Amino acid sequence: MAQYYIPAAVLLSFLILVVPSKARYGYTLLLNLFIAAFTSVPSVAQIAACIPGAAGIAVRLPDPFILSFSGILGELHFTIDPLSAFFILVTNFTVLTGLLYSRGYLAHYRDTKNPAQFALHYFSYTWLYLSMLAVLSLREGTAFLIAWELMAVSSFMLILFEAEKRATLKTAVNYLVQMHVGFLLILLALVITEAATGSMSFDALPAYFAAHRHTGLFFLFFAGFAIKAGFIPFHTWLPEAHPAAPSHVSGVMSGVMIKMGIYGIIRVLLAVKFDLFLTGWCILVFSAISGLLGVMLAITQHDLKKLLAYHSIENIGIIGMGIGLGAIGLGSDNPLLALLGFSGALLHVLNHSLFKSLLFYTAGSVYQACGTRDIDSLGGLIRKMPRTAGLFLTGAAAISGLPPLNGFISEFLIFLGFFKGLNGGSVYQSLTMLLAIVSLALIGGLAVFCFTKAFGVVFLGNPRRDFDHPVTEAGTSMLFPQYLVAGMIFLIGFMPLLFLHPLLNMVSAVFGLPEVPSVAAFTGIFKNISIFGIILVLLVAVILEVRRRLSVSRSPGYGPTWGCGSADLNAKQQYTGTSWAAGFIELGQPVLQNKKEFGGFSEEEIFPGRKYFSIHPNDIFTTLLGRLNSGAMALLKYLARLQTGNIRHYILYAFVFIILILALLYLKVL
Amino acid sequence: MTGTLLCILSAVFFPGIILRVKSIASGRKGPGILQPWWNILLLCRKTGVISTTTSFIYRLAPAVYLATVIIAMLLMPFPGCRSLIGFEGDFILFAYLLALGRFLFILAALDTGSSFEGMGANREALYSMLTEPAFFILFGILALFSGQLSMQEIFTGSGLSSGVAAFTGIVAIYLLVQIAMIENSRMPVDDPKTHLELTMVHEVMILDYSGFDLALIQTATNLKFVLFGGLIANFIMPAASALIGPEAGTGMLFAANVMVFLLVQVVFASAAGIMESFRARKKMAKNPQFIVTLSTIALLAFIFILLFTLNLIR
Repeated sequence: MAQYYIPAAVLLSFLILVVPSKARYGYTLLLNLFIAAFTSVPSVAQIAACIPGAAGIAVRLPDPFILSFSGILGELHFTIDPLSAFFILVTNFTVLTGLLYSRGYLAHYRDTKNPAQFALHYFSYTWLYLSMLAVLSLREGTAFLIAWELMAVSSFMLILFEAEKRATLKTAVNYLVQMHVGFLLILLALVITEAATGSMSFDALPAYFAAHRHTGLFFLFFAGFAIKAGFIPFHTWLPEAHPAAPSHVSGVMSGVMIKMGIYGIIRVLLAVKFDLFLTGWCILVFSAISGLLGVMLAITQHDLKKLLAYHSIENIGIIGMGIGLGAIGLGSDNPLLALLGFSGALLHVLNHSLFKSLLFYTAGSVYQACGTRDIDSLGGLIRKMPRTAGLFLTGAAAISGLPPLNGFISEFLIFLGFFKGLNGGSVYQSLTMLLAIVSLALIGGLAVFCFTKAFGVVFLGNPRRDFDHPVTEAGTSMLFPQYLVAGMIFLIGFMPLLFLHPLLNMVSAVFGLPEVPSVAAFTGIFKNISIFGIILVLLVAVILEVRRRLSVSRSPGYGPTWGCGSADLNAKQQYTGTSWAAGFIELGQPVLQNKKEFGGFSEEEIFPGRKYFSIHPNDIFTTLLGRLNSGAMALLKYLARLQTGNIRHYILYAFVFIILILALLYLKVL
Repeated sequence: MTGTLLCILSAVFFPGIILRVKSIASGRKGPGILQPWWNILLLCRKTGVISTTTSFIYRLAPAVYLATVIIAMLLMPFPGCRSLIGFEGDFILFAYLLALGRFLFILAALDTGSSFEGMGANREALYSMLTEPAFFILFGILALFSGQLSMQEIFTGSGLSSGVAAFTGIVAIYLLVQIAMIENSRMPVDDPKTHLELTMVHEVMILDYSGFDLALIQTATNLKFVLFGGLIANFIMPAASALIGPEAGTGMLFAANVMVFLLVQVVFASAAGIMESFRARKKMAKNPQFIVTLSTIALLAFIFILLFTLNLIR
């Protein structure tokens, strides 16, 4: 029975294009639910199998769940082991909430888009989902690459939803090109594997690394996957593509699709058994830079969704820091570090998929309600959209790693790992760990700085601009999936053990860690953290209750905000996102290289006229890539001279080519 | 538990001492030691005025701010007694709890829509972001030196017993005092007594608060000061115990530690008062430099202790 599910899902997905437009959404939802159900069952079973039943039984890796069938591509094996199972579960949740959210979000386009465009959109969405599941479960090189390519193409189609905007079209093409650079690198790495071992499969990697004792191939894979994941400097597509896509697509892309890169990195890392310390160190450095630069660039953004996109880079950095720590732990025979690092990274994968999708959904609601994503023209939305504001606040606090929400739990694991690694015995390790701690602490502080800006400027204070249409709260169909995600955020925050217990066991099993860093050791810590969360809520409730009782007898008066002597404060005087970031940009200017435009005052101007000031966020890597591009274009222009369009020239080229080949053969070069 | 209770006890006289010292330094007699708390009680009995621009964030923030400080206090260690809840990495929770309070507090300032409060909130966010690394490097130093990861054991393991330990202790105390001054928006970076909104940090953020909410904030601010005083006391208590010697009974040691704890709080409060009386606030633009310098000092101390613990220098 089970082997028919996959072909059935593929065939049924084509029906999305033909079902009547009224039933289309319902049909897509049912199909996606069906896919989620039949992939979740073996995934849950895989992870559950990692948990030792009784004390004393060693953690062992369960046999993977395999579905095989032969098709046009030859024998296909869909393999679900605990690592893929974890990513599949994360994917399932976010894809479904995204689909639930899309109904209300896309309703705004009902008048401007025709049914065929909706059909194509839902079709691509389902195919993005299917291809991600295929990426997670296929090990054989060719099939994996086809799935990888399908993922790029289907997400490309999704970004193109608003293709009538020129900028969106340009961004989407840029995305597609960069994805193919990544594709090329992974293909190259897989071809090298095949040349050395005779098998183009991820399962052949252990054999390759056993025979070739250097990690060059790992870094080739890493570069390929890093383009998908968005590590700096491979990130330039990400802050453009996320804002251009519809919000549920941004949520899915940022929440789960870029995690396919993380999955790939971990999958390859599993095969590496030597030089792990240095490898881990390199990953750590890359990730710390991604984390820091990502959040610094996020602070300078004016576009709400672009700000969130840069935060994805930051969070990929945090995940990478966990992976780096784990690899260092494996390399220095410290299973405790490996356990903390890898489980911190994986938990952060889950956490980021939750709060980032939530933030993108809320940002989408703001965009639909106001018609703009420019932070500086919004303000005071909390009174018009209180539920969206509350949900955004939840996501903002969670992504800043504040207790008692889920972001804190994963950052705590990684922090604890770094502190445990301080006494490593070598100067390099201790210094690395300390610098990692500093980076993580700074990232946390900067995230707070950034999200106080995002939430404070967009939702609090007074509206900075009047809109010609009424601003209303998002509909229930958009809010419901967001409540689901927020519920998960709270659940992980308040009851971390519920998730950590299987996760820690799973990580020990997957990475073959010995029982010594027993999972039970962390139970006490996280129980305490849960207790703290509960005390916090109770204490706040008590204080608020006292406050309420007091205000019954002495009800407070209401008045305008104190203007320090000035009677009429206007909304334009409020701090904007730009002024919020100004102090920081001054500090970070050596790295950020922001462009300021300001005429200044000349000495003759006794009564200065109208002045204009603007500051543009700048990503030096985009500039660098632009330079590289224009260099390549100049070079190609030279080559284009060969294209004369004259048939006689082409015959000449063919003749020269054959002569050249013959000459080379004669000289025994070939 | 003892640490938490002692913190609450010291909070009773702490703000009064600062006020009194500042008064004496400026040639006035000054109010009674308990005056700050009477003021807070008075505020509790007053009706407040709430800005119509604000939302639930504004009303929630003082409660969360106070709650986070109280909960952070539960983590306060005390030698010989188990802290109420202590675990490996509890100082990470400590730092992030304070960050949570600050997060909501900054948002509450933005909630009023006043440009002055926005300015204060912006400064607070920037300074606290820059302070965070210093705090974590400090605990990195202590974790490296003591080989422990819970506050209780870190302090028991550090002490001031040997030369390097004394060096660690002195650096740590210096850093903690500076971090405490920044966290509480006191002198080198902020002047609580300034009269111009443009030069304020903390005071301008709470400009709109009145009545019970203001009382909550002032309580939290007072408690937060004591919180850092308690951490400083924890460096000195093991040394004091070592001075008395292990032959003294546990009761004797306990009494001595309590005395030292309270004494440290008194000295810290007086020192804060003296510093505020004789030191000028830094220029706002120079503040980030000053705060980053703290992290650099901490980093240098870390490298020194690292070289020492690896026996590269003796």
